[in-house]
Amino acid sequence: MLNLHLYMAQRLTALIMAPLTVGHLAVMIYAVQGGLSVAEILARTQGSLAWFLFYGSFVFAVSIHAAIGMRAIMFEWLGVKGTALSSISWGICLLLLVLGGRAVWAVTFAGAGA
Amino acid sequence: MIRPHRTHALWYAFLLHRVSGIALALFLPLHFYMLSLALTDPAQLDGILVFTDLLIVKCAEFALVFLLAVHMFGGLRLMALEFLPWSPRQKTFAASAVALAFLISTSFFLQAM
Repeated sequence: MLNLHLYMAQRLTALIMAPLTVGHLAVMIYAVQGGLSVAEILARTQGSLAWFLFYGSFVFAVSIHAAIGMRAIMFEWLGVKGTALSSISWGICLLLLVLGGRAVWAVTFAGAGA
Repeated sequence: MIRPHRTHALWYAFLLHRVSGIALALFLPLHFYMLSLALTDPAQLDGILVFTDLLIVKCAEFALVFLLAVHMFGGLRLMALEFLPWSPRQKTFAASAVALAFLISTSFFLQAM
């Protein structure tokens, strides 16, 4: 169900995400003060290569990590196997990559310079 | 009958890690979709963000922050278990993961209020 490559990818993405999660938690605690607004979010992130790289790598790592985690759960708890298991896992990974990539682009470079 | 291993504290740590992972994986598409509204429909996103002033939404955010933090600390405990020399203090580490996650999520909640 999890071969060595998937096992190591799960751990490597977890190691990448640990500091990113700490950063994300800190940003959330800071940003939530006084409420949230689109203007406030964009003022912080728009046109910023640093935020693009931070959240871009976060999305890349979490897409792989979540897909592998859900793969293990689907196998162990739901009995999903074989091609169905691989297809759903890839589907989760691609869905998160596309939606996450679009979200990161939306808050960093999409409207920059507009 | 409850199987013996399922009365062990570390089984609950395993379950919490798994359930928090599922919850976060289910939340992520919604989170990403909402953020992308900043590009496609900022007015609608501002309309949604107004709901974050509601107490019930703040409580839900508190729960999500707790789940994220406990998944991270629990994951670090698991990787330490797998890759570092064995330590017999696994229950202490698991309890610390929950305590730290509670500290962080409570800090978030207090700032949100």
